[in-house]
Amino acid sequence: MNPRLDPRKWLHFLLSPLDGPLMVLILILTTYSAVIMVSASPERLGTLAVNAGVAFLAMWLAARTPPPRLMSIALPLYVLGILLLIAVALFGDVSKGARRWLNIGITRIQPSELMKIAMPLTLAWYFQSREGMIRGRDFLIATSLLLLPVGLIAKQPDLGTAILVTASGFFVLFFAGLTWRLILPVAVVGIVGVASIVAMGDTICQPGVDWPGLREYQKHRVCTLLDPTSDPLGKGFHIIQSTIAIGSGGVVGKGWGNGTQTHLDFLPERHTDFIFAVLTEEFGLVGALILVVIYILLIFRGLFIAAGAPTLFSRLLAGALTLIFFTYALVNMGMVSGILPVVGVPLPFVSYGGTALVTLCLGVGMLMSIQRHRRRVGT
Amino acid sequence: MADIRTPEQELARFRGRLAVAGIVALIGFGLLVARFSYLQVVRYDYYSTRAEDNRISLVPIVPNRGLITDRNGTVLARNYSAYTLEITPSKVDDLEATIEALSKLVDIQPKDRKRLKKLMDESKSFESLPLRNRLSDEEVARFIAQRYRFPGVELKARLFRDYPMGSFASHVIGYIGRINDRDLERIEENDDAANYRGTDHIGKSGLEKSYERDLHGITGFEEVEVDSGGRAVRLLRRTPAVPGNNVILTLDLKLQEIVEKAFGNRRGALVAIEPSTGGVLAMVSTPTFDPNLFVDGIAPQDWDQLNTDQDKPLLNRAIYSAYPPGSTFKPFMALGALTTGKRTPNQALADPGYFNFGGHRFMDDKVGGHGSVDLYKSIVVSCNTYYYVLANDMGIDAIAGFMRPFGFGQRSGIDLPGEAEGVLPSPEWKKKRFKRPEQQKWFGGETISVGIGQGYNAYTPLQMAQGLAALVNNGVLYRPHLARHVVDAKTGERRTIEPQPLRTIPLKQAHIDLIKRAMVGVNKAGTGARAFAGAPYEVGGKTGTAQVYSLRGGKYVEGRIAERLRDHSWFIAFAPADKPKIALAVLVENGGFGAQSAAPIARQALDYYLLGKVPAGIAPEDPAAEESAEGAE
Repeated sequence: MNPRLDPRKWLHFLLSPLDGPLMVLILILTTYSAVIMVSASPERLGTLAVNAGVAFLAMWLAARTPPPRLMSIALPLYVLGILLLIAVALFGDVSKGARRWLNIGITRIQPSELMKIAMPLTLAWYFQSREGMIRGRDFLIATSLLLLPVGLIAKQPDLGTAILVTASGFFVLFFAGLTWRLILPVAVVGIVGVASIVAMGDTICQPGVDWPGLREYQKHRVCTLLDPTSDPLGKGFHIIQSTIAIGSGGVVGKGWGNGTQTHLDFLPERHTDFIFAVLTEEFGLVGALILVVIYILLIFRGLFIAAGAPTLFSRLLAGALTLIFFTYALVNMGMVSGILPVVGVPLPFVSYGGTALVTLCLGVGMLMSIQRHRRRVGT
Repeated sequence: MADIRTPEQELARFRGRLAVAGIVALIGFGLLVARFSYLQVVRYDYYSTRAEDNRISLVPIVPNRGLITDRNGTVLARNYSAYTLEITPSKVDDLEATIEALSKLVDIQPKDRKRLKKLMDESKSFESLPLRNRLSDEEVARFIAQRYRFPGVELKARLFRDYPMGSFASHVIGYIGRINDRDLERIEENDDAANYRGTDHIGKSGLEKSYERDLHGITGFEEVEVDSGGRAVRLLRRTPAVPGNNVILTLDLKLQEIVEKAFGNRRGALVAIEPSTGGVLAMVSTPTFDPNLFVDGIAPQDWDQLNTDQDKPLLNRAIYSAYPPGSTFKPFMALGALTTGKRTPNQALADPGYFNFGGHRFMDDKVGGHGSVDLYKSIVVSCNTYYYVLANDMGIDAIAGFMRPFGFGQRSGIDLPGEAEGVLPSPEWKKKRFKRPEQQKWFGGETISVGIGQGYNAYTPLQMAQGLAALVNNGVLYRPHLARHVVDAKTGERRTIEPQPLRTIPLKQAHIDLIKRAMVGVNKAGTGARAFAGAPYEVGGKTGTAQVYSLRGGKYVEGRIAERLRDHSWFIAFAPADKPKIALAVLVENGGFGAQSAAPIARQALDYYLLGKVPAGIAPEDPAAEESAEGAE
């Protein structure tokens, strides 16, 4: 019998790169996504399936790729990403007031999305290459590698992606041992800054007050968050309507397909960034808790993989990727429930959107690869 | 961080940081769960109400306005359904161009444009305003075919108010008009805002205003689920509108019509009351106007014309204009003399033709006087001297005290808006009326003028009719009213407006009978005899002349005096004398002697009401009355 036709071998070929717990969690999340999509936007189910298929393929490919191989493509990917970002700045398409897309003939791509993966890869690679002799200046160099694309992305402007890329880079620095003496003051300054913005919201949100370094619409997002009712029909509308959707869901929700906020068009972007509001309106607090528990399991599985990872590169990469999932989930649910500003961050593995799903699944695939290869590459 | 660590130390630190990351993640998710719990558990009620508010929109269903009919069922105000072309200025880019383009499809007159402009000034730009009303079927078809070209322009089927009798009884019926800011304030004060959602017209004057509450009805609602764009998705519940009640009047439109025609183009008023109920049988004020002009915003030129006309057609003279009653006051004075005991029926006065008081000679109309005059004769021949002396004997306080219960100088409380008080003169009134102390003092000579119904006396035709009705109703005074029944349009249930006796004036039947007999005498042998010659019913009356212009002792010659300075002509009458079914007061502005222009109008009214006699066409002037200038009234 031709071994190529042996179904058991095929199954092994298909499943062996995958990590069981991660795969189960991702399948639950995508199923959850499909269930919500049936209510929020049933006409997109087909595309959702195609997207999921492509993303799973990407995940499988990444999972099959051994960490040394991942390490070797890190720098080229980073350089490509930078070049594309420069190209976007020069020739990009403008959409909704931001220059984010690059038309490469057959399709439009968003190079900033690539950086979300390339960033942790590159920094992990850098620290791996300096293993055993990491000094202060290595952190400086790593920070420069981080700030270059972040600057380009922020310039587009795409605050959401810039934050995510910054976070992904910062997580590598954090796991690489960035001293608390630098982390804590920044954290304190950040908390104090946010607190003062909240406290002085009335004054600094007056029209005519310019915020250094931020665009008018970014200022608006923060100000709207501080007081959504200040602009109930404009920017505040999204936040107001999504908090109404969440709050009116109650403990058990209005039932699948019965969300009035969702079905009467009060929820903006209900299949993408605001899909969490649909979920909570229809499935209530119970539905939200189920999702949170799945995310916690996912993150702890990721941290567990990182803890057992054999090389510095794979440790840093696994840790950073895991925290990126956390960041996605936190920022998205935070903005939909009205405690974080509205930045375009999808709900990981649930929001509709091919690019983000592929990126996230690539990340999961890398985690799987690290887990699978932990014994073969000895310390 | 500069220190180099062993791989084991590195790994230990890394795992420590993983633990920190895990804790941070748990704290982060914990915060989120706290936030969800707050929104979904603590504030669940609030947000679920917000979601319901979002979802459900109440669409008002405007009730049909009630009808107004006269006592015989003749419809005075009704509704009809027609198409109207409405425009929402805020949704139209170029209003001028749009109207220009529309005028190719639908006949749009300059007057329609002007009215729209006026409405735009008065309303908010997002309101839908009528451009053209009552479109023909052909115009409707033409517009529908091209409606895609006109965003912001809509065709609406609406109920229009219609006054089929045109100008007849227009002051009584009043009119409706578009709700303005003042109306809105009143609606809010009455807590009626919910009931007026969707309604854009309200009673502005007359019965349309005073019975607004009944006529309007109760607005119904459709609860519809709407999407965020406000489009109705699904009907959830429907509460139908309760149509307004119909109002049936005591008014007899035929009587009204005959009187209005009898007035011709003269200015004046008539009020006819059923003495036993206070029901108003006719209330005329001329000139009249067409209330249909007001319904959808009056065209500016029509408004200017009505407003600047020196005949003041919008004025309801019957309840708003007060005139000195002249000699029509004498029967009341006579009754007061008997009641207060100042005169007996047989007590006679030798009339020299004048009365001297305080160095002033008050003249009788008849030179040389009427000879020996008792109370009966004083009314029949309208002897001034008798009343000069009487007024002086009674004194102003007794006169005012006696007259007040008849309703003189007070609002009657009729179910119409905008009633005037008139003036029942008294020293107290004068004190209030004037500021300077020397003007506030009451002079004896003023009492004497009051005695013959001149001086400060000023009563509305309604007050005269009401006073007479009370007199002939043996002192029982009813509140005059126009509405007889209010009928529930749905169930047909009738609510009768019960006659409301306000008071019973303590009078002796013998005194009342004597006054009534004397007033019958007026129409048999006195100043009203010519107008009532050959009347087959027994009718009491009294003529009166209200001075507009003081002659300062000169002789009044009608031809020499400008028309508007001529005396006003009064006539009050009741019939049948034994059991009066009708009491009326007529006033013709600048009509001269009461017998001359006012009495013939009263005759026509009574002929119709008692005999059903309808004069052919417009009643001609009685030529006999023209020549009548003899004697005093």
